[in-house]
Amino acid sequence: MTAPLLEARGLVKHFPVRRGLFGRVSGQVRAVDEIDFTLAKGETLALVGESGCGKSTTGRLVLRLIEPTAGEVRFEGQAVFDLSDGQVRALRRKMQIVFQDPYASLNPRMTVGEILSEPLALHDLAPAAERPARVERLLREVGLAPDHARRYPHEFSGGQRQRIGIARALAVEPALIVCDEPVSALDVSIQAQVLNLLKALQGRFGLAYVFIAHDLAVVRHVADRVAVMYLGKIVEQAPTKALFAAPRHPYTRALLSAIPVPSPKARRNRVILEGDVPSPIDPPPGCRFHTRCAYAVPRCKTEAPALVERAGHAVACHRADELPAESPVPRAERGPGAERLARLQAAFSQGRE
Amino acid sequence: MSAASETALTAAPAVDSPARRAFKRLIRRKGAVVGGIVVILFVAIALLAPWIAPFDPAATDWSAVRKAPSARHWFGTDEIGRDVLARVIWGARASLMAGVISVAIAMAIGLPIGLLAGYRGGFLDGLLMRMTDAMLACPFLILAIALAAFLGPSLTNAMIAIGISATPIFIRLSRGQVQAVKVEDFVEAARAVGNPHWRIALSHVLPNVVPPLMVQATLTTAAAIIAEASLSFLGLGQQPPAPSWGSMLNVAKNFLGQAPWMAVWPGLAIFLVVLSFNLLGDGLRDALDPRHRD
Repeated sequence: MTAPLLEARGLVKHFPVRRGLFGRVSGQVRAVDEIDFTLAKGETLALVGESGCGKSTTGRLVLRLIEPTAGEVRFEGQAVFDLSDGQVRALRRKMQIVFQDPYASLNPRMTVGEILSEPLALHDLAPAAERPARVERLLREVGLAPDHARRYPHEFSGGQRQRIGIARALAVEPALIVCDEPVSALDVSIQAQVLNLLKALQGRFGLAYVFIAHDLAVVRHVADRVAVMYLGKIVEQAPTKALFAAPRHPYTRALLSAIPVPSPKARRNRVILEGDVPSPIDPPPGCRFHTRCAYAVPRCKTEAPALVERAGHAVACHRADELPAESPVPRAERGPGAERLARLQAAFSQGRE
Repeated sequence: MSAASETALTAAPAVDSPARRAFKRLIRRKGAVVGGIVVILFVAIALLAPWIAPFDPAATDWSAVRKAPSARHWFGTDEIGRDVLARVIWGARASLMAGVISVAIAMAIGLPIGLLAGYRGGFLDGLLMRMTDAMLACPFLILAIALAAFLGPSLTNAMIAIGISATPIFIRLSRGQVQAVKVEDFVEAARAVGNPHWRIALSHVLPNVVPPLMVQATLTTAAAIIAEASLSFLGLGQQPPAPSWGSMLNVAKNFLGQAPWMAVWPGLAIFLVVLSFNLLGDGLRDALDPRHRD
């Protein structure tokens, strides 16, 4: 196997909690705690988990939009955290990001043309005279009209704005795009279009995606591999098919069983988690999930389980092998989300450009 | 909905920039329009003073001392026979200059400091903010009077004193706005695209903090005009014989019983200009409110 495009090792990010007049550090939010993953060229890795589990922080660490507490990220073999400010800016040519909220991620005082030519100018990708033509091409690539370049972001719908955000990320012709919940702020009908666009662009340009999401139906369709995060840790990582067919971590099982079933007759065994996610300021010792896990044993409270890989399917649970094989997770094809997935898939095959 | 229909919208012929939309909202507000017209009128009067003033504002006439308004002297004459109308017209120069130039000084100092403090944050921010707090602890007018007295009486020094006194408001406001804007996604996006910090601050953050500063500038202009009048009234601003509304009031107070017109006209002028600037500022504030979506 060739060297991965992106490799994260022991990635840690703690945010200090400051209190009082002099900003004394009174605690650490362990947003991301020792996570590892790799991503090959043209591959899509989904980071899944509930709010506050550190998935967006991970995405920003990869791009070094925030500084890590510890760990290493290698992009094309380069250690991203060792680079100088100027070198990081140069690296932005190859790694980009698409934001969740298309209403907040575009500067309201710049025209679409200005927004899209900025990366071209910053990285010397096109002389000023050629930029309008490049902008026009970018707009066509994301399904917008060339004359949209003269308009301001407020004149567009959410879906169109997200297309502009994608065009901005594409402008530098990157190898990797971190998609931070790129469709969760959009209407369901628009989601399919944007996902379709992302897939088409991936095929055309060989892009790799770190796809941050909480919508499992979406993840199932776009991702090659899935990493499930809980309180700053990856608890399970596997190829998408394997994960949905046979989730091994109790948390993953609970997540999958939470996908709503669009049928009143459907029968299923829901795994209902008790309580709330513990605070990441003071995460529980041992396995972080033990406070809510139905299978927890005394060992789980003291000893943190390592992420152990077997046949490409990694799981961090002491009892992964003992859990009932007949999982409470619904059957793959007729189960939760199947109908919605079928709709999404239909939209994909229709909308293929 | 298919991808085609979502993007089928064709571009409107005119580009509706944020500034243009704000202007459209502004001209729908009666108060702002009236305020704007009066301000423009006074600016025109100040600029055209040499041509429209009926007399030399410093020319004395011992045969017409403290004459009531008449066909010859519309606004009457003062205690040494100078035409009040001419002095009010020329006084508009001092007042508007004091208003505009002192606010320009305050902006020129306050905006860069606020931008730096807000964008950089940390220790520098704390230091600059404590200094600003110290300045804000002194009332605006008292500070202006103290500075003007320290610098010496002249219109230029009065403008400098007023400008410096108004600076902390602009530091505070721009810093707060910068703090609000810099956490927006589009600023992070600017970073992700590869902008250096100075470019993010100047071309992404700055344009988005300007609208509230414009509102503040308009309202502070009104306050600065009053401050100039106050300083001139105390003899710390415009020096005789050059006219200013404040110094006219200062002299007029001695003749309130015998020659009230000496006080009424400059007072009315101050009232009108300050009211108009305030109306315009309020209108701008509403028009530039980001919550408006139309």
